Amino acid sequence: MKNNLSEKIIIYGILLLWTFICLFPIYWTATTSFKTAASVTQGLLIPWIDFEPSWKGWRNLGFSPDTLFVESNPREEFLARFFNTAFISASASALAVILGSFAAYGLSRFNYKFGFMRNPDISFFFLSQLILPPVVLALPVLVLYRELDLLDTHIGMILIYTLTVLPIVIWIMRDQFNAVPIELEEAALVDGASVWMSFFKIVLPIVLPGIASAFILCLILCWNEYFLAALITSTDAKTMPVMVASQISSQSIKWWNMAAISAALCLPLIIVAIFLERYIVKGMAAGAIKG
Amino acid sequence: MSEIKYIERDPLYVVAPSTVSQTTKRAGKIIVWSSFLLMFVIAIIQTLHSNERISFGFTNWRPVLYAYILWAVAIGYSRVLIYGERGKRNLFVFPAVMFIISIVIFPLLFGLYISFTDWNLSSIDGRKFNGLDNFYQMISDPYYWNALKNMIYYVLAVLVEFTIAFLLAILLNSQIRGRKFFRIAFLIPLMLSPVAVSWMVGKSMLEQRFGPVASFARWLGWDTPTFFSNPVIAKLTMMCMDAWTFIPLMIIMLLAGLQALPKEVLEAAKVDGANKWTLFKNIIFPIMLPVSLTTLVIRIIFKLKLADIIIIVTAGGPGGATDSVTSFIVREYRDRSNVGYGTLLSFVYLIFIVILMTILIRFVNRWLQRAS
Repeated sequence: MKNNLSEKIIIYGILLLWTFICLFPIYWTATTSFKTAASVTQGLLIPWIDFEPSWKGWRNLGFSPDTLFVESNPREEFLARFFNTAFISASASALAVILGSFAAYGLSRFNYKFGFMRNPDISFFFLSQLILPPVVLALPVLVLYRELDLLDTHIGMILIYTLTVLPIVIWIMRDQFNAVPIELEEAALVDGASVWMSFFKIVLPIVLPGIASAFILCLILCWNEYFLAALITSTDAKTMPVMVASQISSQSIKWWNMAAISAALCLPLIIVAIFLERYIVKGMAAGAIKG
Repeated sequence: MSEIKYIERDPLYVVAPSTVSQTTKRAGKIIVWSSFLLMFVIAIIQTLHSNERISFGFTNWRPVLYAYILWAVAIGYSRVLIYGERGKRNLFVFPAVMFIISIVIFPLLFGLYISFTDWNLSSIDGRKFNGLDNFYQMISDPYYWNALKNMIYYVLAVLVEFTIAFLLAILLNSQIRGRKFFRIAFLIPLMLSPVAVSWMVGKSMLEQRFGPVASFARWLGWDTPTFFSNPVIAKLTMMCMDAWTFIPLMIIMLLAGLQALPKEVLEAAKVDGANKWTLFKNIIFPIMLPVSLTTLVIRIIFKLKLADIIIIVTAGGPGGATDSVTSFIVREYRDRSNVGYGTLLSFVYLIFIVILMTILIRFVNRWLQRAS
């Protein structure tokens, strides 16, 4: 019994330690965004007890109570970047989910022959895109986009982001479709439905949770993407990570500003993690088990 | 474009009334060839225009892109016209294949060409073919080889991350309260943008004067905690930051594997009196092998793309100690804007990756076969 108790203490100890490691940087950023210069240099940690919170960082961003309803350029700028990011990542994820689900369904239901490539080769062709590092594509795409006048446009960003997440969608969705019994569709086909109709009416509703997981995973990856966005965008389609990264060099001393803007960048996805954890975990686990 | 042909016995067997009349077949072919011709003509006009042979033309290459999209749609539609019911099945895979070919294969071929040129984007001379000069420059470029060597260290760090993730996954899978809370807490670092992590951890928490980690290190007795001036420490710090964001991914994948373990086997082993360590060594670890290897491969794939935090936090310093290949190429491109040389470097990196992954996957497959 004593042995059991000490074991419990060790288990909870390690888990709590790791929880602390995971959450402390977020706590630190959130509190720093309410600090003044003096509290930053003293390295104070606990609001109200150590230091008196101030709205300084959020005021500069236009999000403090007193600036919320007056005009503010940084806020306009921030919101423009926010909507760019949201629009680009949502569109890219949606496009990837549509293309990827069709492809995964086709691969799980029909035998194809594309030149010398059969189904396993086609699957491998899709999945192998995952190992392609973005830097290999980045410079040729940059030059190509310049010729096509796609630099710094939303559509250009959406296309390249779709490409980066498409293999992940196919990977997740293939297992999802394989788990749906074929008899269901066969029954529908006997009743006179076409292949596409049975796909939309019967299979799609069953795999909807899987599609949600794939979509959320794509959304997270696109939301956080920095490397390609930094190369391709400059003003119109600039995303939040690019904006934050450019402020890191220019505002490095004003910690309260940086903390506020970093917190604003992370907050949407932290909320997503808390409420949609089930789907995120499901998506990642799907890849692990079937391999 | 070769055809996506239909071969016998699909898993989903469709009795298709596939009688397609000659007229629709011909219509399908006409659509494809006419749209191809349109694209061809536009491309020729634009090429001549950009070479200043003819005065009329378009301001950029976008019309060619539109014609290309039209052509791709025409091919898709013609599949249905020519092959009837079979063509409809091809439409499931066709868009994704076409999409990847357009956005990966074309740029790659184009990139292969520019990697043999001397092309400075900011100069007006345009590109000059210079054969293997870029290649010779690469061979004598110590910073590139240094970056590749760093990548080896970064990839090896995955083993340490894996050990930590495995331990945490086992703990999460044991009989504990509040598993959902722990799971969400553990997941959160993965949600954070590398850019935000760069500032939150790299620039502020590790800041040598006011950062909490530096204060903690001073409290432990390290007088001058600097994390980015000593090459070894800088590299280790980078590894830790990257590990921090990606351990959650490994935990979740391994946890999924642990939860799928057959309960009866574990019970039987416990009845036979196996202690925790033998249970782990002889049962859990062997059954988990496929999941573990998948997790490792996925993690290595992500590791090989490592760049964002390095670009922002250290820019490769001190003296290239933290450079990854990607961050090095980006600097090469930003400082000298030589697209040709940068592209060659990235292609050589791609070749290394393909070789590494091929060996790795073959090794994994052989190991799995021997284990089963």
